[in-house]
Amino acid sequence: MTSKALLISALTVSALFAAGPVKLLNVSYDPTRELYQGVNAAFAKQWKAKTGVDVQISQSHGGSGKQARAVIDGLQADIVTLALAYDIDVLAEKGKLVPQNWQSRLPNNSTPYTSTIVFLVRKGNPKHIKDWEDLVKPGIGVITPNPKTSGGARWSYLAAWGYALKKNHGDEKKAQEFVTRVYKNVPVLDSGARGSTTTFVQRGIGDVLLSWENEAYLALNQLGKDKFEIVTPSISILAEPPVSIVDKVAAKHGTMEVAKAYLQFLYSEEGQEIGAKNYYRPQSPQALAKYSSQFPKITLFTIDDTFGGWQKTQKKHFEDGGVFDKIYSPGI
Amino acid sequence: MIFKRQSILPGFWRAFSYTALYLSLIVLIPLSAVFLKSSTSGWTHFLQSIRSPNVVAAYRLSFGASLAAGLISVVVGFLIAWVLVRYHFPGKALADALVDLPFALPTAVAGIALTSLYTENGWLGHYLVPLGIRVAFTPLGVIVALTFIGLPFVVRSVQPVLEDADLELEEAASSLGATRWQIFSRVIFPMVRPALLTGFALAFARALGEYGSVIFIAGNLPMKTEIVPLLIVTKLEQYDYSGATAIAVVMLVTSFLLLLFINILQRRSRRFTEPA
Repeated sequence: MTSKALLISALTVSALFAAGPVKLLNVSYDPTRELYQGVNAAFAKQWKAKTGVDVQISQSHGGSGKQARAVIDGLQADIVTLALAYDIDVLAEKGKLVPQNWQSRLPNNSTPYTSTIVFLVRKGNPKHIKDWEDLVKPGIGVITPNPKTSGGARWSYLAAWGYALKKNHGDEKKAQEFVTRVYKNVPVLDSGARGSTTTFVQRGIGDVLLSWENEAYLALNQLGKDKFEIVTPSISILAEPPVSIVDKVAAKHGTMEVAKAYLQFLYSEEGQEIGAKNYYRPQSPQALAKYSSQFPKITLFTIDDTFGGWQKTQKKHFEDGGVFDKIYSPGI
Repeated sequence: MIFKRQSILPGFWRAFSYTALYLSLIVLIPLSAVFLKSSTSGWTHFLQSIRSPNVVAAYRLSFGASLAAGLISVVVGFLIAWVLVRYHFPGKALADALVDLPFALPTAVAGIALTSLYTENGWLGHYLVPLGIRVAFTPLGVIVALTFIGLPFVVRSVQPVLEDADLELEEAASSLGATRWQIFSRVIFPMVRPALLTGFALAFARALGEYGSVIFIAGNLPMKTEIVPLLIVTKLEQYDYSGATAIAVVMLVTSFLLLLFINILQRRSRRFTEPA
């Protein structure tokens, strides 16, 4: 009896504290601002209808690596939606904030939407850039961020590498040569995807921007189809930006349940459509079929089958002294 | 030299302990944290971090460009201070206020503005690039940005000294038959030399730590246009905290030694000019 009374009073107290909206913080990478604005509004409406509780979702955006570091350093993220799995692996490894098996907790490697890397070129494509091979021609200015700091740039780098690898029947040396030649044409390395888009679009530098497909469409829609056009290369990488609950933080905030529902919502038909509307390739076949006209058919390879996963790739290519550093060593 | 000297303001020990406390809290404790962190992963990692080719290239660029920017600031800053003190012209107050603007402007804004000016299709770049002068995304661009933020330090150090300078000294020199060059090199220059050194030291130190304005105009290409502060940020984003602090420690120690050297120089030249 007493314990029951205690429990009830405890519940009342916690209900008192919980009064007012539930708050969630979604820490994401650079180009997802518009996507999650849409998702947050729709989810809040659905959650209110289902449970009667208001939910207030805040977003934080920045380079994927920087965002992961902020979460490790104590940014109170209930949810992370980052550019690549490696950055969430780091939360598990260095921060112990999510369990090691985080990626197997949700369908499709915890990736509700995928994307790929395409080319954004100036209207009329004056330099005739059609495929990866055109990027290494002399006099072409290629704009892409620094893969050491930008998630999107790592996907671009790997897309170029994968193209060369497939073309040269798996010859790693030739792939490195090709990628080195691509980076010889890069006049400026920004630290994040948005920075590069600004460099290309606003400052008019370079002839081609290697960009997330969704970011390329956004640039096109916001800045005018009369100024730019998208070129889809013959082959590219399947970019999988994954999502996860930050278990430790969500448990502390008591937001586990709503955070889970939020991520589930991304996989729902409604969530998938919002993704597709923002030019992310949805996993759901229905949503994909509905928006198929905006996603040109393109052969996609994955990080797992071509590169053996993120851990290996990160170490080989992007760690200090790795292949990316060698590209810039004199004499190679 | 006696440690304690009679002073107009009473309470030497109180003032001294405030000084010590303030310096410890604001300067020494954060800096010692940097040193501690850099030692966490051992000597080999420390050496590896500071000796990798792109870090060495960044040190060279950061120190070289800061030095160049400091020297340019000294020459141009002296001229500006001279004009502002010795001449009267319409809009002088405005020009005087303009000098301080780089202090107040967010450095990122300065960086973006300079970049837009100097790129191939920018207002200035438009004319410079056909002549083969590339400023944006080259080490030259780094120097331009660093000069921009360093200039006010020199002007503001030299200006009060010139204002206080006695015109009679120059007149006396002139009446004794000194040429213009002699008046400048024997009378004016020794007078402003300590102030020029102060201005140089401030501009140089500021340039070494500058991040915001440079990253926009530098292009940030490894081995070519990466500055040290950028590499520190990059290391942090790769979760290599001890590597980042290792680079910072070398930067700090070198800057400290350089500043110490400049301070000593300055004391000497002051002793030389001040009446005994």
